[in-house]
Amino acid sequence: MRQLRSLSLAMVRGLFRDRTALFFTFLFPLMFLLVFGLVFRDDGASRTELGVVGSGPVVSALPEEVVEAVPFDDADAAVAAVADGDLPGALVETDGQVRLYFAPSDQVRAGTVQGIVNAVVGQVNQQATGQPPAVVFDAERVESQSFQPIQFITPGILSWAIATSAAFRAALTLVSWRKRQVLRRLRLSPAPVWTVVGARVGVSTVVAVSQAVMFLLIAMTPPFGLELSGSWWLFLPVLVFGTAAFLAVGLFVGAVSKSEESASALANFIVLPMAFLAGTFFDISQSPGWMQAVSRVLPLRWMNDAMLDVMVRGQGVEAIWLPCLVLLVFTLVVGFVATRLFRWESA
Amino acid sequence: MAGAIEVRGLTKRYSDLVAVSDVSFEVAEGEFFGILGPNGAGKTTTLELVEGIREPDGGAVTVLGESPWPRNERLLPRIGVQLQASAFFERLTAREQLHTFGDLYGVPRQRADEMLEVVGMQDKADVREHLLSGGQRQRLSIACALVHHPELVFLDEPTAVLDPQARRNLWDLLRDIQSRGTTVVYTTHYLDEAEALCDRVAIMDHGRILDLDSPASLVRGLDAPTRVALPDGVLDVRTARSLPGADHVTETDDEALDGVSVRTATLEDVFLALTGREYRA
Repeated sequence: MRQLRSLSLAMVRGLFRDRTALFFTFLFPLMFLLVFGLVFRDDGASRTELGVVGSGPVVSALPEEVVEAVPFDDADAAVAAVADGDLPGALVETDGQVRLYFAPSDQVRAGTVQGIVNAVVGQVNQQATGQPPAVVFDAERVESQSFQPIQFITPGILSWAIATSAAFRAALTLVSWRKRQVLRRLRLSPAPVWTVVGARVGVSTVVAVSQAVMFLLIAMTPPFGLELSGSWWLFLPVLVFGTAAFLAVGLFVGAVSKSEESASALANFIVLPMAFLAGTFFDISQSPGWMQAVSRVLPLRWMNDAMLDVMVRGQGVEAIWLPCLVLLVFTLVVGFVATRLFRWESA
Repeated sequence: MAGAIEVRGLTKRYSDLVAVSDVSFEVAEGEFFGILGPNGAGKTTTLELVEGIREPDGGAVTVLGESPWPRNERLLPRIGVQLQASAFFERLTAREQLHTFGDLYGVPRQRADEMLEVVGMQDKADVREHLLSGGQRQRLSIACALVHHPELVFLDEPTAVLDPQARRNLWDLLRDIQSRGTTVVYTTHYLDEAEALCDRVAIMDHGRILDLDSPASLVRGLDAPTRVALPDGVLDVRTARSLPGADHVTETDDEALDGVSVRTATLEDVFLALTGREYRA
């Protein structure tokens, strides 16, 4: 017990006295939160710009909450603005005649603009008949809170931050201790091997929990506005299993790398592409089918989804048992390979 | 005398290189045993085989009655090891290193603090490992090797990077350790040091032990003459040749002497006679 505590303390001191490691463990993920959280904050609420020339029933009926009308004096100037790509479309209304100019280069925005104008024209025409509408259309938003980008981004970046630091710290400890002959020295001491591994697992788990606490507290402040759902605390088991999975990755990297530099490169090579494929930074559901299939075998995807489910989607234990099981199997497989490849000595 | 270490026919090969070849020796309890040799002679590999870091390809090793390979947790608390590159935990202070190693061996903190004084590092107790000088690191790593009062301590070139003062201080420390009954096995390439400290030395080259005896016996065995040099005009050549015990008398003018100089053979002469003079990288 004393051996375990002492080795853990040595690791904790090593981490907290290393400014670079502290930065990458605690501040770097916050920078991602800052960038993604604040940049995408008002994404859902942004209005579509539309060039407007002239006036009439259609122009005055344009819904202000969706369309930001940009007035122009003549049609030529408005069309030029569309051609230059400054505006997705321009609406010209003269004496009951409405003409929409749009740039097909940006199909999504062009489609949005066409849809809006079409709906407004239809509404104006229907009202002109004096008859009640045949079908009443009513839209209602569901699950509005979880559509805020911060709700999606926070669990993803948190999973990524924990995965990265668990993998990097394990790999770097192993390589640096081997290179500095600390491993050899430990091997020549009566400390059982499990205390060395146990200290690493313990320290990484505590670091992961403190990363999560700090990260969530900041994400819940007003500029970010994260709102956790019901049984959010269920993310803790996911965090523990995820940490274990990426510790195993780190031990594997540490086992096959000879220097700190190659360990960093290899850990990055494994974790960074995984972060993108697992939908950590971007919603993976928009991606091609093959990419989603690939992401299904990645531990980060399972960790990410489980975090998302319990932290913001309000799901319970039923959402995390399978991901935890997958992470456990991954840990055992990669951990086994790592112990096979493990070497005490550099040569 | 009881044997602390018994080595029989020890052999270790690395692919095509034979690092240690049929090495046999015994170290008695309480003995100060030195392994001497040029770089690449197989000193460190021999030590690693005896410590149990590497598996021998042939031969047998017994340390304090136990086999060191595979890792033997019964033996490990009884031996202390100082490695060639001082192995320290990153960013810990001298005191914290000693506390950590002390904890691994279940030694009280107070004992760890005492070791700082034994190696004269109490004023550097709170200095982090990377800010210590070469000599301080060396002393600290010896303290870490001795923190649990081992019966047997292995030191791999402990004086390699020290300046002359630090080297002499360390000699006192090493003698002190031995006088408390600890068996010391150590490698060096300082011959004056081996002569001053060791009860017996093994001279190694090309993975073999070339000779093994006390420094005095080795020097005697070399049967090298004592050279007496005198200034001009003190003694003429003819009289000198007639002196009893004079084997050979010559006149040279390459030594400008004011007084009498006597040069007897040293371990260095033994070493050079055994290992040759060609340059080793």
